[in-house]
Amino acid sequence: MVLNRLFRRRAEPDVQIDQGLEKTRRGVFLEITRLFDRSVLDEELYEDLEMLLIQADVGWDVSQKLVAELRERVDRDRIKDPADAREILRQEMILLLEFATRNRKVKILQRGVPFVIMVVGVNGVGKTTSIAKLAAYHQRFGRSVMLAAGDTFRAAAIDQLSVWGERLKVPVIAHQQGADPGAVVFDAMQAAHARNIDVLIVDTAGRLHTKYNLMAELEKLRKIMRRHVETAPQEVLLVIDATTGQNGLIQAQEFAKSVDITDIMIAKLDGTAKGGIAFSVAKELGTPISYVGTGEKATDLAEFRPDTYVDSLFFGVGEGL
Amino acid sequence: MFESLSDRLNETFGRLSKKGRLTEEDVDGAMREVRRALLEADVNFKVTKDFVAAVRERAVGQDVLRSLTPAQTAIGIVNEELVRVLGNEREPLRVPDRPPQILLMVGLQGSGKTTHSGKLALHLRKEGRNPLLVAADVYRPAAVNQLQSLGKQINIPVYEEGTGRNPVDIAGNAVRFAIDRGHNPVIVDTAGRLQIDERLMQELVDIRDRIRPTEILLVADAMTGQEAVGVAQAFHDRLGVTGLVLTKMDGDARGGAALSIRAVTGVPIKFIGTGEKLDALEPFYPERLAGRILGMGDVLSLIERAQEQTDEKEAQKLQDRMFKGQFDLEDFLDQLQKIKKMGPLSQLLEMIPGVGSQLREAKAQISDDDYKHVEAIIRSMTPYERRHPDKIGTSRKRRIALGSGSERADVNQLLSQFKQMQTMMGQFGAMARKGKLPADLPLDLQAPGGGLGGPMAPQPRQRQRQPQPARKARRRR
Repeated sequence: MVLNRLFRRRAEPDVQIDQGLEKTRRGVFLEITRLFDRSVLDEELYEDLEMLLIQADVGWDVSQKLVAELRERVDRDRIKDPADAREILRQEMILLLEFATRNRKVKILQRGVPFVIMVVGVNGVGKTTSIAKLAAYHQRFGRSVMLAAGDTFRAAAIDQLSVWGERLKVPVIAHQQGADPGAVVFDAMQAAHARNIDVLIVDTAGRLHTKYNLMAELEKLRKIMRRHVETAPQEVLLVIDATTGQNGLIQAQEFAKSVDITDIMIAKLDGTAKGGIAFSVAKELGTPISYVGTGEKATDLAEFRPDTYVDSLFFGVGEGL
Repeated sequence: MFESLSDRLNETFGRLSKKGRLTEEDVDGAMREVRRALLEADVNFKVTKDFVAAVRERAVGQDVLRSLTPAQTAIGIVNEELVRVLGNEREPLRVPDRPPQILLMVGLQGSGKTTHSGKLALHLRKEGRNPLLVAADVYRPAAVNQLQSLGKQINIPVYEEGTGRNPVDIAGNAVRFAIDRGHNPVIVDTAGRLQIDERLMQELVDIRDRIRPTEILLVADAMTGQEAVGVAQAFHDRLGVTGLVLTKMDGDARGGAALSIRAVTGVPIKFIGTGEKLDALEPFYPERLAGRILGMGDVLSLIERAQEQTDEKEAQKLQDRMFKGQFDLEDFLDQLQKIKKMGPLSQLLEMIPGVGSQLREAKAQISDDDYKHVEAIIRSMTPYERRHPDKIGTSRKRRIALGSGSERADVNQLLSQFKQMQTMMGQFGAMARKGKLPADLPLDLQAPGGGLGGPMAPQPRQRQRQPQPARKARRRR
């Protein structure tokens, strides 16, 4: 946890994930906490726990592992109090996420060099909304932001981004629908340079990770960025829908293969989904989860913190239990 | 990524069969595999539990223990149960007593409502109807534009009143408009919403009460995890959902969400979305999704698509040519065109039994661009060269490479692969004449007039894998 805090830039305001997750907690089950509200640690508890984890989309593999580890620790350390066991589980879950968070690289903004963020993901995960949130996030640090409408495929994706641009007073570089996204990116890179923009956020069309050609197109976009800025895109953000099941892991793996993903954002956490896929992704890929998205407003974005994530979604801490 | 259930069951029973007699514990072991497979396919936990219990009961009762092929018997039971839960038959859209037929599209954000409103409109127009699309999403930026733009693409009118009006009024006005102008059906696209958003759920109830839709279609993403049931149940409780549209089935999600929703709400699945193009909408067939959850491929869809592209006589003629070793590059090009029309190659491969899990890795490398290169090379040949590939010498190769913008090595590779293929076809032919072949072909593939023999066989990359599904199918029987 200490390590995790170290990775936060000091000048940044502490964006409250608690606040963002407030809505989530309302619908979230507190059953895990309740589960440990018993006097003995018996077989039934482990079975129920596994069930609850799977129900939260943690996945078969990771659920098995978490339960097995808990069982082992309980046996080894002769733990009798269920409350202690609960704390061990909590720590285990946090650790799993921290393992990935530690891989988060410190990003440096250079004066005169646009910090380019390429946002990718499958269809309908909320990329465009997430981009608006990211823009607002960087604006809060006093950075100038520009958006590039690289989704030239979906009908009205450009309009959607433009509306956000107007609301946030952020310039949007866009071409016609059906235009070459490469050309949009090329123009945006030049414009960002010319206007001395700090952060350029590039939208891309949603694509299923099974479409080889479309995945290859992302690589092409990256090459165009590199022609202008050698280190671009400094951030490649994969957006995953919190309601996604086990396919989320495959998505992440496939996107990671095509474009080196640097960060992951879990979107739509304001629903009833527990976002358990974060655990599989963290364990298998080690790609840091950096943000969580919680609503439809531009301010509904929080930095990802493993402890807060686990506490809010699984242990209902802060609910006055 | 995930091993398919059919593979796992084969493995489990394969290990066991060596010890001769199977016990009830062995069945339990197999049931654990079933459970795991379902959970990995995102089938809801509770649904999985009930399902496994039902399968287990049948498995013990049905002599899986004494069966010579316990794996096959078990897979058969699982498959039957899946189909049963998914609803044995496909259900068409309801027809209203009085027109117009009104379809209300509802669902979470990003599930694909707007796109599938467009797809449904196109699908119904193909049946000779005169649909009207209604833009009732006044919340998401540019949602109205998106539907308008879709409408323009497929040339179907879109009713909209901008974003300043109340969606309930918009829907009401739209229906009146449709009746005046003789539009039928009316497809109402609504904003995505969370099932826990009380205000927006009430809005849907109000829309429903105003326009009294023929169908309330819940649009759900095939990749949804365990929450699918909660979401669907909430929508169903508030609205009385009448059908499900399962989207993004062109990915590699197993689609367990659909099974869960069906099992819990009893709402039938009516359509599945299989791609980004607006004609990528298919009626739902339970046995196909069952096969997919099991990882058994989707031969029926494949055959259907193949049949759309071939007529039987032509296929027979082609088969004769192939078996006699007369198949040339001209035929090959022709087949290539047909395969292209059947859809992306990656999608086709996934439908072949046994290919799903094993080729997940390789599949990523197979792109439809490969067609283009092969096509370009063949098109740079003269008709004479296509008929007589063995007559292509160095100088011709150089010209062909130049003409198709490829390297000479590419031309060489194509020619040598083609030659191998010809040889193999000849061998097949010889086997067929001796009467050996029928036993080696997967049962499913034989069914409709040798449908697959034609268009699929000549694909060069696939050729190497052909023995695999054949062997599999034999084992399964």
